[in-house]
Amino acid sequence: MSTKPETITNAKQNSPDYFYEFIKGIIKENPTLVGLLGMCPTLAVTATVKGSLGMGLSTMFVLICSNLLISLIKNLIPKSVRLPAYIVIIAGFVTIVKLVLARFLPPVSELLGVYLDLITVNCIILGRAEMFASKNKPLASVLDGAGMGIGFTLALFLMGTLREIIGAGSWFGLDIPFITNPVTLIARPAGGFFTLGIIIALVGVITNKKPKMEAGCANCPSKDNCPTAEKGEDK
Amino acid sequence: MPAFLAVILTAMITDNFVLSKFMGICPFLGVSKKLKSAVGMGIAVIFVMICSTLATYPFYHYILVPLGIDFLYNVGFILIIAIFVQLVEIILKKISPELHKLLGVYLPLITTNCAVLGVCIINVDNGLSFVDSILNSLGAGLGFTIALIVFSGVRGRIEHNDIPDAFKGIPSTLVAAAIMVIGFMGFSGMI
Repeated sequence: MSTKPETITNAKQNSPDYFYEFIKGIIKENPTLVGLLGMCPTLAVTATVKGSLGMGLSTMFVLICSNLLISLIKNLIPKSVRLPAYIVIIAGFVTIVKLVLARFLPPVSELLGVYLDLITVNCIILGRAEMFASKNKPLASVLDGAGMGIGFTLALFLMGTLREIIGAGSWFGLDIPFITNPVTLIARPAGGFFTLGIIIALVGVITNKKPKMEAGCANCPSKDNCPTAEKGEDK
Repeated sequence: MPAFLAVILTAMITDNFVLSKFMGICPFLGVSKKLKSAVGMGIAVIFVMICSTLATYPFYHYILVPLGIDFLYNVGFILIIAIFVQLVEIILKKISPELHKLLGVYLPLITTNCAVLGVCIINVDNGLSFVDSILNSLGAGLGFTIALIVFSGVRGRIEHNDIPDAFKGIPSTLVAAAIMVIGFMGFSGMI
């Protein structure tokens, strides 16, 4: 585990490499910027850095807990009802996060509002449950959840930083003195789409990879059990 | 303006779920490539939104609140929506095969569409009455459909243009969506 490239090639050959499971979600398979999942919170709460971090960390907590629980009880859940079971487990953890935030960090809880509840239907969490936690051991699942959570948080943090500095002339609520005319549009809904579009294009250039043509079905975590996947649109 | 119209128009245009609340972005980006699938997805969402409001409103006010466990609404609602989508699919298949053929392929996708859970939670959070909740859901569903239909037209135009390589696909779609949102901002003082 001395150099990074070695680790990655090892991991490709054989599965249980914990370091790789952890590190892959941060940049290489970043759920938001590379996997194009979880778009709704990425656009909705990133007008400020505070909201971005609150959403990122809450999602990370839910992701780690649900990955752990699902990989522990994966053999007890009948295959046919596994998706509803996963969703209920996730919703339970979301409720915990919501109650804890409402008690200890009321400003963040108010800022995130209904989007805190909507972590339940974040495709990243259900996607990792279905693709990773239901097939792997608890420790690997926790590391996978932590890595993906950090990747998601970083992406949101980047969005939030850009949008708050350009759109409001401040960072984490602190005014930046030399920005006198912030472009308020960037902090509005339109700016969310715009900033995310630019960031995804940049990530595509930096990683030298052709950007994916599609969101939706192509990357959807549940496409294997979804009768709509691809077929629906081509009809 | 009559009150019921104001509720519908607010949910449909000024507070459009996709364009100003960012709910249902996945189908917005994924299913808006062709007009036909945009319409099918839109109708399915309107249908499920209204039906799940019909189910979650009494569930919240007559079961969760009297029992004092209203903080569990999240778990309850998502379960209801998941069961409901399955139920709607089975019933449609039985009683109206044509409608099932039209909507059927879109139904499974809707369980994890955050707009549906979002509208149920917003109805409860804002303390809307039963009738207002249904109108709000109808407006939200119509707004979703309008956004999808308009955007499918926009995408049809940009798809075959000569855009920089880096912006091909999702980035250009997002930038186009941003411009459309600016257009919708013009409605904001209307109601």
